[in-house]
Amino acid sequence: MTRLASGGRIDRSRPLRFTFDALPHTGFAGDTLASALLANGVRVVSQSVTYGRLRGIFSAGVEEPNALVQVGGGTGSEPMLRATQVELYDGLVAESLNARGRLSPEPDVARYDKLFAHCDVLVVGGGSTGLAAALAAGKAGARVILADEQAEVGGTFLGGRDLIDGRPATDWLAEVATDLAALPEVRVLSRATAVGYYDQNCVLIAQRRTAHLGPAAPAAMARQRLWQVRAKQVVLATGAHERPMVFAENDRPGIMLAGAVRTYVNRYGVVPGHRAVIFTNNDSAYACAIDLDDAGLDVPAVVDVRPNPAGGWPDRVRERGIEVLAGQVVSDTAGGNRGLESVWAGQRIDCDLLCVSGGFNPAVHLFIQSQGRLRYDEILACFVPDEAPQAVAVAGAANGTFGLRDCIQEGLAAGAAAASAVGFGDGHPAGAPQVETVAEHPIVPFWLVPDESGATQFVDLERDVTVADVRRAVGAGMQSVEHVKRYTTIGTGSDQGKTAGINSAAIVGALLGQPVAAIGTTTFRPPYVPVSFALFAGRTRGQLFDPARVTPIHPWHVAHGAVFENVGQWKRPWYFPHDGETMEQAVLRECRAVREGVAAMDVSTLGKIDIQGTDALRFLNRIYTNAYDTLAVGHCRYGLMCKADGMVFDDGVVMHVGPDRYLATTTSGGAAAVLDWMEEWLQTEWPDFRVRLTSVSDQWATVAVAGPRSREVLRALAPAMAADAVSFPFMAIREGMVAGIPARVCRISFSGELAFEINVASWYGLRLWEAVMAAGEPFGITPYGTEAMHVLRAEKGYAIIGQDTDGTVTPQDLGMSWVVSKKKDFIGRRSHRRADTARPDRMHLVGLLPVEPEDLLPEGAQLILEPRQEPPVAIVGHVTSSYRSAALGRTFALALVKGGRDRMASQVYAPLPDRLHPATVTEPIFYDKEGLVRDG
Amino acid sequence: MARKHAILDGFASRFSGVASSSGGRIALREVPFSAQLDFRANPADGRVVDSVHKALGFVLPTDPNTAATAGGRSALWLGPDEWLIVGGEGEESLLTRVLHTALGETFGSVVDVSANRTVIEVSGSAARDVLAHGCPVDLHPRDFGTGRCAQTLLAKAQVIIHQVNDAPTFHLFVRTSFAWYLAEWLLDAMTEYCAEEPIGVSVPLGGQESPSPLRG
Amino acid sequence: MLLIPCPWCGQRDEIEFRYGGAAHVEYPADPETVDDATWARYLFVRPNPKGPLAERWCHSQGCRRWFNIVRDTVTHQIMRSYRMEEAP
Ligand SMILES: [Zn+2]
Repeated sequence: MTRLASGGRIDRSRPLRFTFDALPHTGFAGDTLASALLANGVRVVSQSVTYGRLRGIFSAGVEEPNALVQVGGGTGSEPMLRATQVELYDGLVAESLNARGRLSPEPDVARYDKLFAHCDVLVVGGGSTGLAAALAAGKAGARVILADEQAEVGGTFLGGRDLIDGRPATDWLAEVATDLAALPEVRVLSRATAVGYYDQNCVLIAQRRTAHLGPAAPAAMARQRLWQVRAKQVVLATGAHERPMVFAENDRPGIMLAGAVRTYVNRYGVVPGHRAVIFTNNDSAYACAIDLDDAGLDVPAVVDVRPNPAGGWPDRVRERGIEVLAGQVVSDTAGGNRGLESVWAGQRIDCDLLCVSGGFNPAVHLFIQSQGRLRYDEILACFVPDEAPQAVAVAGAANGTFGLRDCIQEGLAAGAAAASAVGFGDGHPAGAPQVETVAEHPIVPFWLVPDESGATQFVDLERDVTVADVRRAVGAGMQSVEHVKRYTTIGTGSDQGKTAGINSAAIVGALLGQPVAAIGTTTFRPPYVPVSFALFAGRTRGQLFDPARVTPIHPWHVAHGAVFENVGQWKRPWYFPHDGETMEQAVLRECRAVREGVAAMDVSTLGKIDIQGTDALRFLNRIYTNAYDTLAVGHCRYGLMCKADGMVFDDGVVMHVGPDRYLATTTSGGAAAVLDWMEEWLQTEWPDFRVRLTSVSDQWATVAVAGPRSREVLRALAPAMAADAVSFPFMAIREGMVAGIPARVCRISFSGELAFEINVASWYGLRLWEAVMAAGEPFGITPYGTEAMHVLRAEKGYAIIGQDTDGTVTPQDLGMSWVVSKKKDFIGRRSHRRADTARPDRMHLVGLLPVEPEDLLPEGAQLILEPRQEPPVAIVGHVTSSYRSAALGRTFALALVKGGRDRMASQVYAPLPDRLHPATVTEPIFYDKEGLVRDG
Repeated sequence: MARKHAILDGFASRFSGVASSSGGRIALREVPFSAQLDFRANPADGRVVDSVHKALGFVLPTDPNTAATAGGRSALWLGPDEWLIVGGEGEESLLTRVLHTALGETFGSVVDVSANRTVIEVSGSAARDVLAHGCPVDLHPRDFGTGRCAQTLLAKAQVIIHQVNDAPTFHLFVRTSFAWYLAEWLLDAMTEYCAEEPIGVSVPLGGQESPSPLRG
Repeated sequence: MLLIPCPWCGQRDEIEFRYGGAAHVEYPADPETVDDATWARYLFVRPNPKGPLAERWCHSQGCRRWFNIVRDTVTHQIMRSYRMEEAP
């Protein structure tokens, strides 16, 4: 066993069983999967992705490149987790992945959550710096969110042995945590990783909430939560990542980052080997030597690339009798199927653990995402934050400030300053605690141990990329680190090259004879760590994916077996099948009912805009292509509107409902866009117009009663309303009681038949519909859906905006010049005179009759003129609507065809996979061309 | 007269179950049929403002995102010259008359939108937290309190949020066609607050996320 | 995810707004008298600077008012927000 008898932050009274690659093991509460594996002597945790080399745990955190695992079985199975971040629970099942994940084939039944949060100061990172910053800002009275990625706050110094005020640092940590908990406006988020930093201090935080509970996770509790935080000020206390140095055979299990080894020893009570060599270019790894020595390991040597390391840390190590090999490097390693067995540092040294430190890279990922710029610090040998356009401060190790005392001081100052900037406190934090410090011997930048033997030297462990690959990239002419990244795949793994990026830049620099400062880093983009799609989806899936808008009559449609169609966000009855009926049969029956008897449809989905004011008429005349001067109160008129480019935008009916007052309908999907469009012109171009617009789309429920017998149904519903053709002419509006409900009835037809549309307040909609169905029963009234409506309007050649048009179609193209005024100005008018808009060979809306009457052309089918053409075949148009007609006893279609109006009676062909389908071009009207039936 | 039908009629029992399953932290109900008038007028016209004040007891609010309330009726700021006047069921004719009288011959408009939106009332100590799952506006008491209103999005539905008391109680004005969606969304967002077993490790807002930040 | 200052409602999330393109594009006083090239310029030509750009937004989920902002297209910082009737 490599578990120490005492020490660490694990709970030895709570053993936890788990399996790794089907072998049973035991760990303790407080372990990660990685610490538990090391405690069980598991040294090999994966094989590398390209070369299949054995790999072991390399780090103790988010930067881990090797120990990728699949956790859990069945539906809860999650791929590509880092063993260093997986908290152990009883019964955990994990498998090694060899850097390739595997998605569960089962749907994920867990809940995922999203929460908007706002604060004065967001502190990212709960290490010593972040805790100090949160404490200072919180005590100043600011609303603070502290987000920390680990299960417990404390960061790196949970893995150290520092003293604060003469006591273990963890005592101070507990006090700060208690202080923070007592501040009502401070919120501490654990297991919460800030993954993206966007504009105006919008930060996304991914919080893992139940995975660590395993099977005990409450089903009602969201597995993860996405916090969308908007912060007035941000303090990034994201720490730093230790980087390795690159040398031959540097990927064996047992070769680890020195800081990670300290964490395993001090935090988890695990020694990941028996005989350890340290390889470093800076003082920090000397603490590792001391920790391991105290834990009872053999530490034969510290290999330090610096020619004469001196001062506090090296002296302490030498005092223990540990040899310091100054000015030496580890140039090669040897090992077997359990990993490292020895290293070469001018001499062979047997060891099963090599602790490497090449210095620290501030974790500037979020800072870069915030559009901050970096500069290279020659003394610290790393990139540190420089200018930032957003309200962000960087403190502690993330700012290149190493050492506990300085981190706490800088955190306190940053927190106080951030709070003060938004009006809390005077910017001066309370005094910092006393921390013992040791003067450090400066780091000597060192990246790559030269090797002439051709041995393998890994730069990126997860992607299996070597120095030879980088050399090849540079040899091929790559000079930018961005190009080298894409050529070699360095940094493209799920770890995003956290331990590889700067080393690769330095190696590229060495090959090009340039300093690392000139090479720079690749751009860090969100997310900082992999995030599941399910978390981004949150509760926006299934029935909550998008609003399903329904009318007040919807419950009746459901109860009567309607099949629904999605029309934009609306759920509309598509057709109402009888038992055993196909869709085709149902639609033909519904169409026949409209043409021969009476039928009813829920048309409540149309958009409605109240337009009033003394300039309302002037406004309508500008917005619509046609004129409204002659539209008397109590009448309505079809209207079409174009964008400024002259293309059809929307259509509807304008009702003149009172003096200076109109009600305009829009298409079901166009209501919001039309209102914004009208408001834009009113507010920006015509602010002097005395016109007011109000959306009333949901105020009204509307039932269309259509068919030759619709007048009889209306008479039964509204005995007091004169409904004969003279008293209630086409395009007239009447107000009165219908089925005991105050109503506005319009004689409008979208089918060509006699028809009435009855509008009532939406809370009476269901009542009205039931009354219509009851009153119509003696006449065999039939509910009909959108499909029958589409067939009926197409038989009349009425275009549907958005189906028969696509934003490139003018009213003239639709053959609707009759609705375009020649006398007045309107939006888009000037465009109708542009050379391109006036071309005679534009796409025109025409009718098509397939030569074979049963041939139903698919909507969207392309059309060609000649059956036999050499490629390239010229496309002359496409089918926009296509149906089977009960009235015609055959199929028919509408199409946009180049110069279509000049091709009447000619043939076009739809080339479909099976064969060419011939059709004859016709006028786009198939039924009652003279308009004789609409009066009933 | 025919009986009105509340759009969220079918949700009544699920709504009423929330109070007990959340341990009293949330209550949810539909308040249908309130009179609602969209009123456009020039707020600088003292005669109009006085007339409304005399008739309804409140001064039309001119601070964005605030509401004025008197005698059970409210005026919610919707825009620099626009308010939603809210009254009791059946008061739309009365309010229409009052507002037309106030306008007189001056430029403005009065539109009955009573049936355009229904009202979902969410109240209780966890109400603010529930809304934060889908609302980008900060509802914290330092920024938003009784008498405040906002037009915004709740999940993917446009809403007018009006905080009517310190319970806190929020009135969500939602267009009837979006009401089913919003009701389903609210019930889903309340899942953790209405779990049969209280979820002790989560106190989502206004306090610590976990009992101790040390042992999250 | 911009935070956009509506001149009326204050800072609101981008999802509440509709984008209206470049601001201060003059609508020709009398479209019928301008030539095709001038009209085409009005329809199709818009500024695309690297840096500050005046643009039009509508607070469509809020107060429904159109207004202008000046936004830096590189940093997304919003330097100014002003009502339609205010000078650019
Ligand atoms: Zn606004």
